[in-house]
Amino acid sequence: MTYEKRLQGRAFDAIRNMEAKVGVIKRADGSAYFRTGNTWAYAAVYGPRNLYPKFLQDPAKGILRCNYNMMPFSSRGERVRPGGSRRSKEISLVTEKALLPVLNLDDFPNAVVDVFIELPETEAGSRCAGINAASMALADAGLLMKDLVCAISVGRVDDKVVVDLDYSEESYEDGPVADIPIAMLANSGKISLLQMDGLVSPEMLEKALAMGSKACHEIAAAQKAALKEKYSGTDEA
Amino acid sequence: MNDNEHNHILAILDKGMRLDGRKPLDYRKPITIQRGFTSTAEGSAKVTIGETEVLVGVKLDLGKPFPDTPDEGAIMVGAELLPLSNPEFELGPPGIQAIELARIVDRGIRESKMIGLNKLSVKSGEQCWVVSIDICTLNDAGNLIDASALGAVAALQEAKFPALKDGKVDYQDKTGKKLPLACMPVTVNVCKIGNHFIVDPSTEEERNIDARLAVVSLEDGQLCALQKGGDAPLTPEDINKMIALAMEKAKEQRTYLKH
Repeated sequence: MTYEKRLQGRAFDAIRNMEAKVGVIKRADGSAYFRTGNTWAYAAVYGPRNLYPKFLQDPAKGILRCNYNMMPFSSRGERVRPGGSRRSKEISLVTEKALLPVLNLDDFPNAVVDVFIELPETEAGSRCAGINAASMALADAGLLMKDLVCAISVGRVDDKVVVDLDYSEESYEDGPVADIPIAMLANSGKISLLQMDGLVSPEMLEKALAMGSKACHEIAAAQKAALKEKYSGTDEA
Repeated sequence: MNDNEHNHILAILDKGMRLDGRKPLDYRKPITIQRGFTSTAEGSAKVTIGETEVLVGVKLDLGKPFPDTPDEGAIMVGAELLPLSNPEFELGPPGIQAIELARIVDRGIRESKMIGLNKLSVKSGEQCWVVSIDICTLNDAGNLIDASALGAVAALQEAKFPALKDGKVDYQDKTGKKLPLACMPVTVNVCKIGNHFIVDPSTEEERNIDARLAVVSLEDGQLCALQKGGDAPLTPEDINKMIALAMEKAKEQRTYLKH
């Protein structure tokens, strides 16, 4: 048996309907919103600001702190208990590592840049949506960045390599599945997030990464367009 | 409290004005309610009052009824003051401000008997529906109380039961059946600064109020919950006046809830 056709007739290398917007949370120093299909994330950036308690401070440079959180009503199943889980802590960590390479916080000793990612609705690919929103929010906050970070989940469903898995594909039961969230620096093509669960051959992984790279360029274009929309003066000056 | 800011707010209130150009009893505009913003909640509403933005989601789940009400369902209200919505909010378990907010919203819904809890029993003493109402702040530009309460009622109006299969909830199968709702409690938080009364305080006003009174009222003119806040005490005359103002303003909010 082979995986012939994706739901909603999506091509194997196609991202779900994408939407990006910058400057959505007025009180934040930078903010953004990113959606693919039924997964969407808000990200807000506060800082650089003073870091307390003081022992966390680094006198050599500023630090980045990310927090990923699913809202209690954001899951397709039961209510998510607020307060974070082992899963959300791990995602916060890998999000931090995905974003860090594009930032230069040398000019902000003892300070922190806080990134808060919140998900009101999820259907697979939520960490990637969070990273895409966070990357735009960091730019919106006016932080010096070497590059944009774009994230997408790639993987395999049965014998096919696919981009941006949805819930039905993550839980596909008629063959092996692999879910591989990646984050890529838009210009350099370097990878700052790579996780995988499932079964995959090295050849398939190579193909998946190539497809992911193409998808990341589409995401980068959407991110840039959203940033330009805010700062071109047509929307709000 | 910052004395200069406080004095300035008072000085312009003496002239009938507020920092953002509103009159004392004006709400910010626009007030919007976007129902069903997320498909993962059984009911949801996104409320904006000016720049304040709050997301409320209702989840329905099965649970065990309380021993003293074996034939009734249960309600739970939670509020998350998300650190993304205000630079002063911190990560961690709900602080006292979040707990108070959740409890004000909870009391308005519970005491008004808005939800027909006796219709939420599945099996007497063993199984009932649990209605979880979660409030998440997106942008706190003041007056989270009114916005959260408004969102909670709108989300409940929207909520539909998921299907039951073999004693379990099937969230993927949505029935069209709505929650049994009886009335429409509306919460108006009236604030006192000096001798002035205002509604819908902004962030700057909120940190300068002397006292506040959250008034939850029903369409028939009954009150169903009150909560006094702030450091200064209120006279009985103050309270009468604040309740009258709240009930007048509740009429305005009620128009947004009718759809």
